[in-house]
Amino acid sequence: MTEPLLSVRNLTVEFPTRRGILTAVQDISFDIMPGEVLGVVGESGAGKSMTGSAIMGLIDRPGRIAQGEVILQGRRIDNLPDAEMRKIRGRKIGMIFQDPLTSLNPLYRISEQLIETIRTHLPLSETEARKKAIGLLDDVGIPDASRRIDDYPHQFSGGMRQRVVIALALCAGPDLVIADEPTTALDVSVQAQIIDVMKRLCAENGASIMLVTHDMGVIAETADCVAVMYAGRIAEIGPVRDVIKDAQHPYSSGLMGAIPRLGANLDRLTQIPGSMPRLSAIPRGCAFNPRCPHVMDKCHIDQPQAVQTAPGRRVACWLYPPQDSTGTNAERQTAQ
Amino acid sequence: MLAFIIRRLAQSVVVMLFVALIAFVVFRYVGDPIASMVGVDTRLEDQEIMRERLGLNDSVIVQFLRFIGNAMQGEFGISYRLQQPVTELILSRLPATIELAFVSATIALVFGVIFGVYTALRPKAWSSAGIMALSLVGVSLPTFLIGIGLIYIFAVELGWLPSFGRGDVVDLGWWRTGFLTESGLKSLILPAITLSLFQLTLIMRLVRAEMLEVLRTEYIRFAKARGLSQRAINFGHALKNTMVPVITITGLQLGSVIAFAIVTETVFQWPGVGSLFIVSVQVVDVPVMAAYLMFIALVFVLINLVVDILYYVVDPRLRVDGGAGK
Repeated sequence: MTEPLLSVRNLTVEFPTRRGILTAVQDISFDIMPGEVLGVVGESGAGKSMTGSAIMGLIDRPGRIAQGEVILQGRRIDNLPDAEMRKIRGRKIGMIFQDPLTSLNPLYRISEQLIETIRTHLPLSETEARKKAIGLLDDVGIPDASRRIDDYPHQFSGGMRQRVVIALALCAGPDLVIADEPTTALDVSVQAQIIDVMKRLCAENGASIMLVTHDMGVIAETADCVAVMYAGRIAEIGPVRDVIKDAQHPYSSGLMGAIPRLGANLDRLTQIPGSMPRLSAIPRGCAFNPRCPHVMDKCHIDQPQAVQTAPGRRVACWLYPPQDSTGTNAERQTAQ
Repeated sequence: MLAFIIRRLAQSVVVMLFVALIAFVVFRYVGDPIASMVGVDTRLEDQEIMRERLGLNDSVIVQFLRFIGNAMQGEFGISYRLQQPVTELILSRLPATIELAFVSATIALVFGVIFGVYTALRPKAWSSAGIMALSLVGVSLPTFLIGIGLIYIFAVELGWLPSFGRGDVVDLGWWRTGFLTESGLKSLILPAITLSLFQLTLIMRLVRAEMLEVLRTEYIRFAKARGLSQRAINFGHALKNTMVPVITITGLQLGSVIAFAIVTETVFQWPGVGSLFIVSVQVVDVPVMAAYLMFIALVFVLINLVVDILYYVVDPRLRVDGGAGK
């Protein structure tokens, strides 16, 4: 078996506040294999973006990684000094942000931003970097790239700007791209194109993608694996097809039920009652217990640990107790 | 770009005409100019002759048009007090004020930006807290108090610097400069600091607030995520975005520095336009006051024009017509 490109081990991110410590991300672990696309879904505030920022070492103070490790290509990177980390950002891990309207500096030409980034990481001359930049803009599908490169960000449409952002994130050839809701701010008609461009370029470069989104449709089409996050924890992680067809965690099965399907004759989509607790008010035991249709006594007392239910598949739910997986299924049957 | 400048120039002309109207009204209606020019024993007939000669019997419109016409040629009449052409008077005092304003604006801008950026980048350091606390002093203490305080410390107690005047000046044709002599430069230090202190703290606080704002934006996060150096992010990406509001305020403040050098000039007996104005107010020397008003208006209008053009240079988003494509 090949070594994972990125390993996140027991990562916990905390924010000390006046009213105590808030845990934004709690004890999460996952691997991303070379060339793999990992989707991360969950509601707003579930800790998806925070996980991405933690991997990049870009958590805003006073937030901090309280525990756990981030290992990139066998090297631990969560405790690197900032100067070392800068060589990884952009060069090894590229990041795409949510809103293309605000992620480009309005006062600099596209060419200046691209060339600056390329030359920060690669030993190229100004002219070589410019040539490379034009090639990149071509690749992300900007028509007439050699002329448009000297335009300012405000001269591009939202979709075009997100293409520029992708070019910027990929310009130093990173091995991993963290895409933080890359299509949320875009028109529906443009979303698919942007995902296509990103996926195609990463596939060409052999780069892995960590795709943070709350759009299950995008995950279904794009990702190989999916991690479902709830209140800072991974509720369920596994291959996309399996999770969509047979979600094991009650939260993820609720999410899947909320996807509209062609042909299904439904008046209403299933919905999960209630909303995700705020970080300051996470209930004892399993964080999902107030909303869970299968809630048991145990769920109010202890936090469920992640359990492997199939190869590459883990669920954190008391329906799947750690010791005995056959018992789990039986229990699950009765619960339903 | 050219259309934009022409539009702005047209607006400037309107503003200047309006100020001219005010200046004229002041000139014409604040008391009887003849009464303040003549002695008690001047005969009424002589006063009437004078009135006629100065054109004070014409209709208001004619007088206003004549005032504008003269003003456009740089004519503002004769000072009542000194019996010299007002324009000449102001021009002879102008170099002193401009040099003072220039030096203090430079001090304010340079140190304001440096301190502002420093305190924004190290918000937690106690050196930043110290600078911020001192800046409160700069904002809240009135200029004359700072001036007198500086005089007390550096001129009276320590005796390092002169407490008044311009020192020796060198005559460069029509411009008399204090930059070329040691005593001229020494004399400049205290008034320049006094005049700059308020602007300095203002610019510093503005730069700090803007910079903190900009450092929180997405494009700065994205720049970090691309692994750019701290230097490139702070001084390339962040500082340039901070500059747009700073240019506005600095521009307007430069206007105020020239206009309100009055207090500083009075405290240090600086022979500039400001002290000329103060003396003129005391003796109701209306032509000088009117001309000073016009002059200050012109300064503000010109500075605003330059500020607008600078915006254009700094922020590409304002270049709606040109710029695109090429």
